[in-house]
Amino acid sequence: MTALRLVRYGAWALVAVAAVAAAALFVAPSLWPRTDAVTIGGPFTLIDQNGATVTEAALRGRPSLIYFGFTLCPDVCPTTLFDATNWLKQLGTDADRLRFYFVTVDPERDTREVIAEYLSAFDSRMIGLTGSRAAMDQALRSFRIYSRKVPDEKGGYTVDHSASVYMFDADGRFAGTIAYQEPEEEVLPKLRKLIAGS
Amino acid sequence: MKFRIAALAALLTVGLAGVAAAHEVTVGPLRLTDLWTRATPPGAPTAVGFLTVTNTGTEPDRLVAVSSPGSVTGEIHEMSMENDVMKMRALPAGIEIPAGGTVRLAPGGLHLMFVTLKAPLIEGDKLPVTLIFEKAGKVDTFLHVLSIGARGPDGGDHGHGVTQ
Repeated sequence: MTALRLVRYGAWALVAVAAVAAAALFVAPSLWPRTDAVTIGGPFTLIDQNGATVTEAALRGRPSLIYFGFTLCPDVCPTTLFDATNWLKQLGTDADRLRFYFVTVDPERDTREVIAEYLSAFDSRMIGLTGSRAAMDQALRSFRIYSRKVPDEKGGYTVDHSASVYMFDADGRFAGTIAYQEPEEEVLPKLRKLIAGS
Repeated sequence: MKFRIAALAALLTVGLAGVAAAHEVTVGPLRLTDLWTRATPPGAPTAVGFLTVTNTGTEPDRLVAVSSPGSVTGEIHEMSMENDVMKMRALPAGIEIPAGGTVRLAPGGLHLMFVTLKAPLIEGDKLPVTLIFEKAGKVDTFLHVLSIGARGPDGGDHGHGVTQ
């Protein structure tokens, strides 16, 4: 008799678990924005190299390019920023209709002073963004940027990160990427199209 | 331990214009070419370094260490791109130079890494470096500092990796 009752309780317990799981599946998407697979871009609140607050509202009104990197990155980041400096030069006055953001994935080391100094080697229109760790994590989630701190043997760390430049139209909608070292003859038409469509 | 700087004397008499990264160093059976680095943005704490090592000998060797008076530490690294993610790892065991083979340290792959620069690297300067090979020993030379976005010593991409 007792055994039967146990089985019955067990069955009800399973039903309860299933109900909770179903509810969780139903509610989860609103709690976990990353399940929305199409959106790249979303809320963020960061500061630029001059100390001004920059939010997702800055992505409206003009098309934007966003590149995530860090100043300790010796190869991909400076060469991409150098390439981007050349794109802006090649675009001439059209480049004034674009915004270029360099967003650090290493806010602990890349303070706005560090970023300001670093960006002085590149196009003067570039905007550098940093913020608290929490603010940066929110931004990385919004843009679906892969970024991971990897400790090295000497107590320091490097940061693995997405290497593409992200394009956004004047409505702040994601408009594609530019791959690391993509040839200029492919990049410039993309950028002209982005500017013309906005 | 013996080494000679082959093309350097000729290079200096010709002058530096147009032959920016064209010196060659020999250490034992190893021939070092395409020794270059990039100018760094102000405040950037790190710099990369590249070279090509050709082993004309019959035994493998290994690049085990690098140092420079221009930085606090020198390391040997490998960068890779996986699904658009840039990854960088130190290679504490260094890089093997196979007998009869050529190893290119070039953008997008193997590279020297100078950490905590004492001053930014300026285009046109030379960065003194000491490279240590397991068998061929130590060699003092320099890297040509090219532009901040240079992709190779002659403006082109030599690719990277090991050929034999």
